[in-house]
Amino acid sequence: MNQTPMLEVRGLYKYFPVHQALADSLMRRPHSNVKAVDDVSFSLARGEVLAVVGESGCGKTTIARTLIGLEALTKGEIVFDGKLVNAHSQQPHIGLKQLRKRAQMIFQDPYESLNPRATIFEIVAEPLVVHGMIKDRKERVAAVKSALDDAGLRPAEDYFMRYPHELSGGQRQRVVIASAMVLQPELLIADEPVSMLDVSIRAEILNLLRDLRQKRGISIVFITHDLSTVAYFADRIAVMYLGRMVEIGPAREVLQNPQHPYTKALISVAPVPNPRLRRERVILQGETPNPINLPSGCRFHPRCPVAVDMCKENDPQLIELKQGHQAACLLVTKS
Amino acid sequence: MNNGKPLLSVRGLTTEFTTPEGKIARALEDVSFDVMPGQTIGLVGESGSGKTTTLMSLMRLLPAGGRITAGKVMFNDTNLLALSEREMRDYRWKSMAIVFQGAMNALNPVMKVGDQIHEAIMLHNLMDEDAAEKRVKDLLEMVGIARTRRDQYPHQYSGGMRQRAMIAMALACAPDLLFADEPTTALDVMIQAQVLQLLREIQKSLGLAIVLVTHDLGVVAEVCDSVVVMYGGKVAEYGTADHIYNEAQHPYTQKLLEAFPDVSKPGDTLASIPGTPPRLTNLPPGCRFEPRCHLKIEKCSQVNPPLLEVSPKHYVSCILREGAEADL
Ligand SMILES: Nc1ncnc2c1ncn2[C@@H]1O[C@H](COP(=O)(O)OP(=O)(O)OP(=O)(O)O)[C@@H](O)[C@H]1O
Ligand SMILES: Nc1ncnc2c1ncn2[C@@H]1O[C@H](COP(=O)(O)OP(=O)(O)OP(=O)(O)O)[C@@H](O)[C@H]1O
Ligand code: SF4
Ligand code: SF4
Ligand SMILES: [Mg+2]
Ligand SMILES: [Mg+2]
Repeated sequence: MNQTPMLEVRGLYKYFPVHQALADSLMRRPHSNVKAVDDVSFSLARGEVLAVVGESGCGKTTIARTLIGLEALTKGEIVFDGKLVNAHSQQPHIGLKQLRKRAQMIFQDPYESLNPRATIFEIVAEPLVVHGMIKDRKERVAAVKSALDDAGLRPAEDYFMRYPHELSGGQRQRVVIASAMVLQPELLIADEPVSMLDVSIRAEILNLLRDLRQKRGISIVFITHDLSTVAYFADRIAVMYLGRMVEIGPAREVLQNPQHPYTKALISVAPVPNPRLRRERVILQGETPNPINLPSGCRFHPRCPVAVDMCKENDPQLIELKQGHQAACLLVTKS
Repeated sequence: MNNGKPLLSVRGLTTEFTTPEGKIARALEDVSFDVMPGQTIGLVGESGSGKTTTLMSLMRLLPAGGRITAGKVMFNDTNLLALSEREMRDYRWKSMAIVFQGAMNALNPVMKVGDQIHEAIMLHNLMDEDAAEKRVKDLLEMVGIARTRRDQYPHQYSGGMRQRAMIAMALACAPDLLFADEPTTALDVMIQAQVLQLLREIQKSLGLAIVLVTHDLGVVAEVCDSVVVMYGGKVAEYGTADHIYNEAQHPYTQKLLEAFPDVSKPGDTLASIPGTPPRLTNLPPGCRFEPRCHLKIEKCSQVNPPLLEVSPKHYVSCILREGAEADL
């Protein structure tokens, strides 16, 4: 098996400049930034599923968009299959066009990501057209058919001439997945692919992603704010808070032995479908602070239930606690 | 259906819509449940199962084309369905209030949040301007919004705060019963937990009864005393939270539970429920769940099973319910 990681992200930063009010620039106040992604590193093995979890606004979508080049990164390196993405360097590198053929993204809102005026065939064939692939009509039909088939829309031909509004929510999300799969990508970045869906449809789509991964050995970055959906099929979980990864490790380990206080709180509020198992919940008050003015020291300290004095001054780095399990908290030390 | 006297008792509620094509869509059929004072009851079911229609029927706020064709809705000793629209106004908002589905996005963007709550209070002629203004700030405080944010506009509020503001507005006339339609669906888990905590707190301090509508079984398990599971406009199963989560008898409830991912059981496989809910304009003659049911028997396509009690406070509408062998 190929040992080169599918993806390696090193020291990734993505800052969005804040539009300054005229008064501020006249007063020569310093220019500020939204620090959406603030020094993130991780790697993804071939065939691995990594879940990226965190509250709204912590930077999940920004990471995803930066990974496939929809946003230019501010600083850092992205290495896809051993090649630096979009680099002007002497090292082996890969261009964006090539990358977008091999890595596909599923967007947050399945209802907005389908063109209402295109038929399902046109929607699924579009990536082939964009990338100038498979020009032969017969082969194109075969590719669309097999993508729809893989996405569980069978018999595929029945869907060719239909329009998105004629499909149920679950079927629409399957179409989105089919159009992401038609190029046979090696990497799939799924941004909240099931959050907008009903519970029964959710299970259907999660099962589908799990099958695709098993059948195709595809690597998946699965983004969500809901820990209960990732428990189900991620190999590893990365927990984000305000642009940083605060904990990363094997899924079972993170869920059953969480180390960071933020991870503990997130797990405690994930609803458990059994009233006999109602637990003590750690409900963090307030909302994630604005990533323009990050709190000093540990960025989680204003909401951290166990913060101590030093947390206001020291910015904790990820440290390895056990094989592959890292957390960034001043109170967590290697056992 | 329960011991003690219910605050709200719904019996055989049936609601139909006339579609633009002139067809009759039976959105609710024979819906029955009780809400006890100070209790939280969950209404769950997939999209289109009739949750919102149930609340709108109870509030008598159905859109044009919708009408209640049968049933009884007792609020204490009054049958709300027998009231004139004028009489109903004494109950709506004052005795029972609703937080509409998606309401947090329906705040007027060019009006201060405090003014919108003020207006809602004044609409009901309950107090003078000054008392209303004090009430606005008290309500904001009650839902965890600083009084100082009274004069901010909706876009200056986060999603969670807008939802709190909508809850404040529903509480304006101090109702005994609050209907909350998917109050946490668009919010992320932590904010969702905050809103649920808020609902629990106001319930305790005000002795409020709550009907919580959601498609999220996890949310229901966390906060509800009893649960109504709806399918295709009918009650599939109704019981205490423990009945529903640990002794479910309806095949649909069982599948729903298996389809719900559970953090406490990583790596479990999820059941899915293939197929789609029934078309309301063309309902199957037998059980509505029959086309998707994994346990169906021949009779299911002919008999529309009524909601029957299987044990105290536990009701199921399925031919295969416990103790039903006799009538097969
Ligand atoms: N184009 C942009 N310009 C300025 N700020 C932005 C831009 N895109 C994102 N942000 C900010 O960056 C931060 C991270 O946003 P992002 O969308 O990545 O969060 P997220 O974790 O995906 O949240 P959600 O769960 O709500 O989707 C937020 O504070 C957001 O307001
Ligand atoms: N004004 C209307 N005219 C015709 N049919 C309607 C109307 N309003 C609702 N319906 C139908 O009644 C059924 C129940 O809808 P309802 O909105 O109560 O479902 P719900 O359970 O609240 O779903 P969701 O989870 O999507 O909010 C649906 O099939 C819907 O299409
Ligand atoms: S470093 Fe301090 S504030 Fe940060 S997570 Fe650890 S205990 Fe909490
Ligand atoms: S009545 Fe029959 S089809 Fe309906 S839920 Fe019961 S077993 Fe299934
Ligand atoms: Mg996002
Ligand atoms: Mg609804």
